[in-house]
Amino acid sequence: MELTDIIFYIFALVTVGSAMIVVFSRNLVYSAFSLMFTFLGIAGLYVLLLADFLAVTQLMIYVGGILVLMIFGVMLTHRVVNVEISSGAMRVIPATIVVGVFLGTLLLVLTRTNWMVMEKSPDIIGTTSMIGTALVTDYLLPFEVGGVVLLVAIVAAAFMARKR
Amino acid sequence: MEQFIRDLIGNDLLATIVWCVLPLVFILGYAIVAILAEMKSASWFQDRLGPMRTGPWGIFQPFADILKLLMKEDIVPARADKILFNLAPFIVFVGAYAAFAVLPFASDYVGADLNLGLFYLIAVSSFGVLGIIMGGWASNNKYSLLGAMRSAAQIVSYEVPSATALLIVAMMVGSLNLQDIITAQSGGFWNWFILGGPKSDVVLASGAMLHADIGNFVFLPLLLATFVIYYLSALAETNRTPFDIPEGESELVGGYHTEYSGMKFGMFFMAEYANMFLVSAVAAVVFFGGWQSPWGITLGEALDIPVLTLLEGVFWTAAKGFFFVFVMMWLRWTLPRLRVDQLMYMCWKVLIPVSFALALVVGFIVVIR
Repeated sequence: MELTDIIFYIFALVTVGSAMIVVFSRNLVYSAFSLMFTFLGIAGLYVLLLADFLAVTQLMIYVGGILVLMIFGVMLTHRVVNVEISSGAMRVIPATIVVGVFLGTLLLVLTRTNWMVMEKSPDIIGTTSMIGTALVTDYLLPFEVGGVVLLVAIVAAAFMARKR
Repeated sequence: MEQFIRDLIGNDLLATIVWCVLPLVFILGYAIVAILAEMKSASWFQDRLGPMRTGPWGIFQPFADILKLLMKEDIVPARADKILFNLAPFIVFVGAYAAFAVLPFASDYVGADLNLGLFYLIAVSSFGVLGIIMGGWASNNKYSLLGAMRSAAQIVSYEVPSATALLIVAMMVGSLNLQDIITAQSGGFWNWFILGGPKSDVVLASGAMLHADIGNFVFLPLLLATFVIYYLSALAETNRTPFDIPEGESELVGGYHTEYSGMKFGMFFMAEYANMFLVSAVAAVVFFGGWQSPWGITLGEALDIPVLTLLEGVFWTAAKGFFFVFVMMWLRWTLPRLRVDQLMYMCWKVLIPVSFALALVVGFIVVIR
């Protein structure tokens, strides 16, 4: 077993283990904080896939932005001084059906797809400039549309926040 | 440098561990100096003597303080969330220490020479925010939680102008690699980005060519403004005065670490000092030439002694970093604390629009030239 294999299994363990805490924990705050380790593990897996820019973006957007926002949400919508914030189980039967269908689809995709395995890793040093060039040439329209959608969301959020 | 350590130790795994711990040794040494410097400079600004009794001129005061922190009883409040309470100081310190991995101390001494160095540096700072919220919430104390909330809101807001300011320089270099940014400023202090960047063609560390000429002086006022924006945001991100609202004693007792004692408080303290040096060193790397000497040549290169070049690099990084840490201490005893609304006004209505405008103008000039 090479060093990269060991690192892969460590990151995989961190990702899956913390994701299980996210799902099974009764305490919402524990779920939110262990999501941090899930994101970290996924970023590590991206690095092993040579997607360095994606990995750092994952940390930047999900850990630095979305997760902080989620934790703020959890803390501000409950009685903040109370440590016992919990989430119970409800609607077990519909949830089981939905999760079962989802799991089946994923397993189907996993087994039916013809996975391409590269003989050796491509010599790519840094993907930043490739992503940048692709964004302003081949994918300019989706990129701009995404920007406009985000702007609309910001304006709408500001409007709703100002409404008395 | 890495090869030297490998040869010295002879075991690859041990050498890697030593390589990873080297910045920690630096931080510990720096923290001792910085604690004394903070106490002494605070005293002098207030026309006092400061600590004078522990050793000659009080120089053993930091050791006494650290010993006290180590010996203190470790108290965990009865109603606190034990797991998160104990985890939080470590997360905060990991966030500060992870960024040191990409900080270049000298031309051949950088933990990991990432192509995304600058972006990584901005991204990992978010771990500190999560650690602060974790500690504040787990303490089960309303002052801690309020302090953590203020701190998180402040850090998340000020990340925007500071990242934009760093992006402006990255745009001029065309690389996010910190060694590229430093080598773009080689040849003397007039080539530093604070004075408009390189004035003639330079070869970057990655081997790429950066075209530049004397006309780069047009960037001088723009980059001066960029530096001011970065430094102000850095002050806010490290919760230093005038932005130390998260630990405003008169309102919040002690902020997010009110309930912490002993070495867990020490970890928060170390993380704050490590962060202070980190943002100062980043200012030095991005705007003041990093490990380059102000006159562009080093004694080590002139005499062809690699070890001397290395030491000179570490010296200049540390000297420039320490200078900006000193400026932070200076501002602490000069300026009063801002109010929360003034803080948010400063960020969202002043720094962010100005930094966006600067990014547009600099980007436009870079493209048309």
